[in-house]
Amino acid sequence: MKITKELILHIAELSHLKLKEDEIEKFQIELNQILEYVDNLNEIDTSSIEPLSHPLPIVNVFREDRVEKSITREEALKNAPEATDEFFKVPKVI
Amino acid sequence: MRFEAVIGLEIHAQLLTESKLFCGCSTKFGNPPNTNICPVCMGHPGVLPILNKKAVEFTIRMGLATSCTINKYSIFARKNYFYPDLPKGYQISQYELPLCSNGYLEIEHQNQRKKIRINRIHLEEDAGKSIHDQGNFTLLDFNRCGVPLIEIVTAPDIQTPEEAGIFLSEIRQIVKYLGICDGNMEEGSLRCDANVSIREAGSNILGTKTEVKNMNSIKNVVDALKYEIERQIEIVSSGGRIIQQTLLWNADKQIIEPMRTKEESHDYRYFPEPDLPIVEVNEEWLNVIRENLPELPSIRKERMKSQYNIPDYDIEILTTEKEFADYFEETAKFTDDYKSISNWFMTEILKILNEQKISIKEFPIKPEYLGELIKLINNQTISGKIAKEVFNEMLVEPGSPSEIIKEKNLIQISDEKIIEEIVQKVIESNQKQVQQYLEGKDKVFAHFVGQVMRETKGKANPSLVNKILKEKLDNLRK
Amino acid sequence: MIVEKVENYLKRIQDKKHLNAFLEVFSEESIQRANQLEKKIHNGESVGKLCGTVVAVKDNIAIKDKKLTCGSKILENFTSLYNATVIEKLLAEDAIIIGKTNLDEFAMGSSNENSAFGIVKNPYDEKRVPGGSSGGSAVAVASEMCDVALGSDTGGSIRQPAAFCGVYGLKPTYGRVSRFGLVAFASSFDCIGLIARDSISLAKTLNVISGYDLKDSTSSNQKVPEYDSIIQNLPKDNITFGVPVEFFNDGLQSDIKNKIFEIIEFLKSNSFQILEISLPHIKYSIADYYLLTTAEASSNLSRYDGVKYGSRIELPQSIKDLYTQTRDEYFGNEVKRRIMLGTFVLSAGYYDAYYLKAQKVRRLIQNDFIDAFNKVDFIISPTTPTTAFKIGEKTDNPLSMYLSDIYTTSANLAGLPAINIPIGFDSNKLPIGMQLMANFFKEDLLLQMSYFIENNFNKNKLGN
Repeated sequence: MKITKELILHIAELSHLKLKEDEIEKFQIELNQILEYVDNLNEIDTSSIEPLSHPLPIVNVFREDRVEKSITREEALKNAPEATDEFFKVPKVI
Repeated sequence: MRFEAVIGLEIHAQLLTESKLFCGCSTKFGNPPNTNICPVCMGHPGVLPILNKKAVEFTIRMGLATSCTINKYSIFARKNYFYPDLPKGYQISQYELPLCSNGYLEIEHQNQRKKIRINRIHLEEDAGKSIHDQGNFTLLDFNRCGVPLIEIVTAPDIQTPEEAGIFLSEIRQIVKYLGICDGNMEEGSLRCDANVSIREAGSNILGTKTEVKNMNSIKNVVDALKYEIERQIEIVSSGGRIIQQTLLWNADKQIIEPMRTKEESHDYRYFPEPDLPIVEVNEEWLNVIRENLPELPSIRKERMKSQYNIPDYDIEILTTEKEFADYFEETAKFTDDYKSISNWFMTEILKILNEQKISIKEFPIKPEYLGELIKLINNQTISGKIAKEVFNEMLVEPGSPSEIIKEKNLIQISDEKIIEEIVQKVIESNQKQVQQYLEGKDKVFAHFVGQVMRETKGKANPSLVNKILKEKLDNLRK
Repeated sequence: MIVEKVENYLKRIQDKKHLNAFLEVFSEESIQRANQLEKKIHNGESVGKLCGTVVAVKDNIAIKDKKLTCGSKILENFTSLYNATVIEKLLAEDAIIIGKTNLDEFAMGSSNENSAFGIVKNPYDEKRVPGGSSGGSAVAVASEMCDVALGSDTGGSIRQPAAFCGVYGLKPTYGRVSRFGLVAFASSFDCIGLIARDSISLAKTLNVISGYDLKDSTSSNQKVPEYDSIIQNLPKDNITFGVPVEFFNDGLQSDIKNKIFEIIEFLKSNSFQILEISLPHIKYSIADYYLLTTAEASSNLSRYDGVKYGSRIELPQSIKDLYTQTRDEYFGNEVKRRIMLGTFVLSAGYYDAYYLKAQKVRRLIQNDFIDAFNKVDFIISPTTPTTAFKIGEKTDNPLSMYLSDIYTTSANLAGLPAINIPIGFDSNKLPIGMQLMANFFKEDLLLQMSYFIENNFNKNKLGN
């Protein structure tokens, strides 16, 4: 599996990272190295194996439908890079 | 060349839980911006989701109501994409193993029954709200973020805009009856997107489909679909090709427009949510939900038809909304004159609900009071006309019918002696009209009745008045 | 006594500032708290189980109203609105939190060279790395700046720095300790764990921080043993150590190999059974680990977008720029590398070949261990293939950095508990650590054996 520059740009797009030229090249090399290494997983026959998503076999963890105290709006907006008194603010989306 | 349309719907319904899907924040609509939030639904570093059991039950209710298979094991998945009103940069939804699958709903259209298959119903969290029109920026309100939604996805079995409208109506009625969603499309608690394509009539190859969004009422869904189908037919008929795209319905201009933002590449990179364990729905739990399932509309109709001896037409009207049926049946506890309840409802109450644009829940007259009112008419305490007055009074004043009647002294006069006296008085002071009546002018009778009513401020028992007046006048003939 | 201890620690922190173990020190609050506790004791009031225990906390664990930087510029000025569950528990038992320790950015790294706030230095040789990602915590303990430190371990981030710094480091079973308040790196791998200079301190603290938490759906409701009161009760008869053949190959530094053999001899002489075992899929652990953890990380780090908290670039021209430039500007290289790899692994067309495949291999690796623990009580191995390497030695070669995780990643893949026990020094006087793994929820056994080795195997005490 060889990662092309195109693929790097596509992945950067999906990851919402605006890579600089030198980053693109560097990541291309590094990712290719890593992928070459991980390709050895293909040696293993896993056709009849169930994938593992959770290390512990836990099921059915629920909470009751009850309202619990929230934080105040001031607290919520405290860390906002930009905000009005009531809203978070970003450049116009559409 | 004749064309047929192929339509599939994706319907989102906001669930009526008290708290959000993964945290204890309130789901109450209309609170000031950014006050129903916490670190969990805001996606702060280090937080984790915990699943609201009631939301799972509500989803299963919908699955049972639409004959779905309730999957024994179900998992949550992350749907990864970037948008400012999605704080975590992913939505916790379901992908490979939804809670419900392979159901259907039967609709009736033009006297034909048709089965619309439901591929899946799954549970997911809603995103926040973006406000784009306040200036050269976008404002974000995360109150809605994390509210539970069910997503209902149909197979492309719908063939006309009208069918789509009927299907959506049925879904709306069911979610309301089940008590899981208030079905309000204008406020966005019920949303509908459509996938539309056309093909040559009789073909079984699917054409290129477009996605239509922003249809916030059943009428808009029907209109938008009509427009889009025509648009596609026009293009294909003139040799063009349909471009796969997302379109928005502009209700003001009544046209379809392409979405203005550049399409994000839809690679959601779904993978199982590591922070949430598998949900296992065993028979026991399923049975509990089944047993506690609120009555479905079709079943309620049948039961009401057999339980209350009133015309089917009335039952249809009374069951259009679950709350109507509730109101009727509550009133029926206080009087068994079911036809009268139905009449009052269909003529007076519905009128007021429409005029004042309120719901039956906001209607000021308690079912108990309506029942009492009907009883008072039936036992002749008041006349139908006075009852109307009392009814109108109850719209604005608190108080039971009996209280109002007492207060305003509206009790029907049924004392024959008193009526006789008054009738006598009226006859004596209306000699000209008496003469006319005796000469054969029957219409003048109404004048006497009117006079008696005026004298008694409308309280005289009308049938007694009629009886006594006639007697007296006939006596005069002799 | 408590005040004096805290003052000493604070002085040591100041004196050794150049090691850069701490990102933030709560000097005044710690002294204040120490005074309060002394007063309580003086008044005969009841106090918590960790009364006066001084704890350093890795800066990816949330403390209310304190900065939570995760070693990253993107959270440089972010203040947490809540306490992690482990913090609530520590405070309820009267522990004193002395500060937040340095770490590899978002816990991604094996050397603490990836922090946006400077590298951390190994106290045994300041030209060498302390290990990572819990480098700051390991140094704080090794340099006697606190009693015990909290760290996190996703692929070895507690055990490896503990090995490099000559201290005890415990990664509990996945789900033993609540993750609520631990900034997620790889959700199905992350564990909060402990670093200390002796086994009893680990045990006492583990007692307090373990247990089911409503706020963490992946936490276990297995009963929590009284780790400290049973620490001397090692069931000496009938204990078997498994030695995996796959772990003793070419890359292993010879002093380490010799030291491990030495300890195996010691164990034999104490009538413990030694059994050679095989973990056939273990050689795929690193590849498997990097595929799965980067995938989860790429998703977990999507929330750092400059929208509702954290750093944001000046004057973004569009929302897209806000996202992409903020993230490129304020994430370090290792983080970006892992996000890119993880996004790739999950992307359309590659999911089955990489992510799904890796999940299946994870199952095979876990199965290997389940089989092994049917035959043995412990699995013994080195913690690291080399002792602490030089600063800058591996930074140009990410893959070689990843390969140094060979012994530790499998515990995280399987969800098993593991501990680093310091057992000596190499020819450069750098600490050597051995790793013990045990079956699920057998932290009691790990601590008992650690205590036994601590008190019976002849090892040099810490020079400092």
